[in-house]
Amino acid sequence: MGNLLRSNQREAIAILVLAVLLTLYLASHPSGPNTYVITIWANQCLILALAAIAQFFAVIVRGIDLSVGAVMALTNCVASYFVIGSGLDMALGIAAVLAVGVACGLFNGAVVVFGRIQPIVATLATASLFVGLALLLRPTPGGRIDYDLADAFTLDVFGIPTALIIAAAVIVLFWVPLRRTGLGLGLYAVGSSEQAAFQSGMPVPVIRLVSFAMGGLFAGLAGLYFSFVTTTGDAGIGPNYTLNSIAAVVLGGVALRGGVGTLTGAMAGAFILKTIGSLMFFSGLPPLAQPFIEGLILAGAIAIGGAGVLRVRNRLEVFGK
Amino acid sequence: MNTIKQNLPSPDALFPYLGAVLLILGGSYFFPQILGVDYLAQQLQIAAFLGVLALGATVVILLGHIDLSVPWVLAGAAIISTSLVGSGNPALAAAAIPAALLFGVLVGIVNGVGVAILRIPSMVWTLAVNSMLLGVAVLNTGGFNPKGEASPAMTLLATGDLAGIPVAFVVWMAVTGAMALLLKRSGFGRYLSAIGYNEKATFLSGVSTPSVIFAAFAIAGLCSALGGVMLAGYANQAYQSMGDPFLLPTIAAVVIGGTSILGGRGSLIGTVGGVLFITLLTSILSVMQITDAWRNIIFGLIIIVMLLLQTLRRKSQ
Repeated sequence: MGNLLRSNQREAIAILVLAVLLTLYLASHPSGPNTYVITIWANQCLILALAAIAQFFAVIVRGIDLSVGAVMALTNCVASYFVIGSGLDMALGIAAVLAVGVACGLFNGAVVVFGRIQPIVATLATASLFVGLALLLRPTPGGRIDYDLADAFTLDVFGIPTALIIAAAVIVLFWVPLRRTGLGLGLYAVGSSEQAAFQSGMPVPVIRLVSFAMGGLFAGLAGLYFSFVTTTGDAGIGPNYTLNSIAAVVLGGVALRGGVGTLTGAMAGAFILKTIGSLMFFSGLPPLAQPFIEGLILAGAIAIGGAGVLRVRNRLEVFGK
Repeated sequence: MNTIKQNLPSPDALFPYLGAVLLILGGSYFFPQILGVDYLAQQLQIAAFLGVLALGATVVILLGHIDLSVPWVLAGAAIISTSLVGSGNPALAAAAIPAALLFGVLVGIVNGVGVAILRIPSMVWTLAVNSMLLGVAVLNTGGFNPKGEASPAMTLLATGDLAGIPVAFVVWMAVTGAMALLLKRSGFGRYLSAIGYNEKATFLSGVSTPSVIFAAFAIAGLCSALGGVMLAGYANQAYQSMGDPFLLPTIAAVVIGGTSILGGRGSLIGTVGGVLFITLLTSILSVMQITDAWRNIIFGLIIIVMLLLQTLRRKSQ
């Protein structure tokens, strides 16, 4: 247990912070801790957590994805057309939504891998493209998602919010197995040192492509879940989620220089970020002061993470690799 | 011969100019008025706003960092300058422009603290600074568009013209010239690229790397603030989120101008070309009167194609 804690120190801290924040939130909420309050909270958190996972897959291979929000907007708009009707229609619709997400991710990956353009610039351009496509589908917000299906994903099962079950499932059924595969290892290898990974015979371009495709898949899932929560399509949801997803992965202990951090950490970071926002809402602070306090807390949290440099023994250590 | 070669801009930097010329020629085939002096002068005036911001961004990107606090430094400077002018007190009104520029430098120094001392990735730290500035602005203005107006000097900066040449363009070129001198003729310019290539090696060579980082972010803040003052002069007011549409085009302009986003390599002359290209592209896309959707799609595609061509050209050398 001690070993497990030590090797996951960053995640452990993030989860501890989250626990404290959540307790504060539930204690300060006017209607107290009940299933309804927790469900609303969990739904908002899960949207950002899925976006943060999308960002995680870009950051872990030493990239960054500025198109996360754009892919969410596009998949949200696709969902507002197709996730309705009979059971089969909706199943096909969901498949189409996720396929669009994966396609966007693969397109990003192809521009980065084959076009040899830095991820930050490549995704800056593709984000404009994806938002354009989303606007083509929904020039103004509209459309509808099947209410029963949306309820099934956004309410609770025996008092446990479905969003939390989904979050747990992503970690247990997707991340834990993935981490143990060659691909999971390859993600970290490419992120730590592309050259070393290449010289060890790893298919670096394939790993990058797959990583971007998975990022697209999760951005698609985020867009889909956003659709379940709002039950409508809106092409303008992107910008906030892109920037918050970056902040979330950093809060969750994922290093922007690649190769360090876990998907669990990224999700925890997203939950923390959203909980701070919700906490603010019920804290009794004047509403106009809230954006400032939110920014201050974000900066403070990141600065504490960076305060490690103040006690390094050798000044050269701060330059990293 | 060698000195001549050294003083010529690199092909990377000339590339966006070629693109801009092609845009004008291509656009004029459909809309002959694009070749008119009025239209082109107006483009130079509009390009100046993006241009001033992009100069600051170039300095930070040469360093290997990025400044995402541009939107609210710009809006903040606009709010400060217009409210000082709007206060009706002549002394305060006279201080409008210097106060706004000082604000930009101060935010730049705050950015520098996070990046140089705390070693927080600039992408995250400047983002956090941006959201704090947003918070302060909302707190101060109550979430409404701030009251105030532009002073005659600000209006002149943004919309005046000197013998047919827009003053905004002249200001942009003057700042470009001053900064080019700074980068070419001082140690600062060399240290900037050196840090962009290899910060550790630069530090080991005895350069005080933190001070270079501070200076670079301060310059970037100054440029963002100047952009804010000019835009406030143009619109004769400041408004919430006036800076948001500028962040990404600024980065795109710098990169299209041949500056590596990883730092170390790039030029101001390339950035000027990149700004002209982006401005003309945006303008021609709006002259075409197509929907927002297609404008976004074409914008994204053309940026990708430009970047691919840059990479291809470099590879073939």
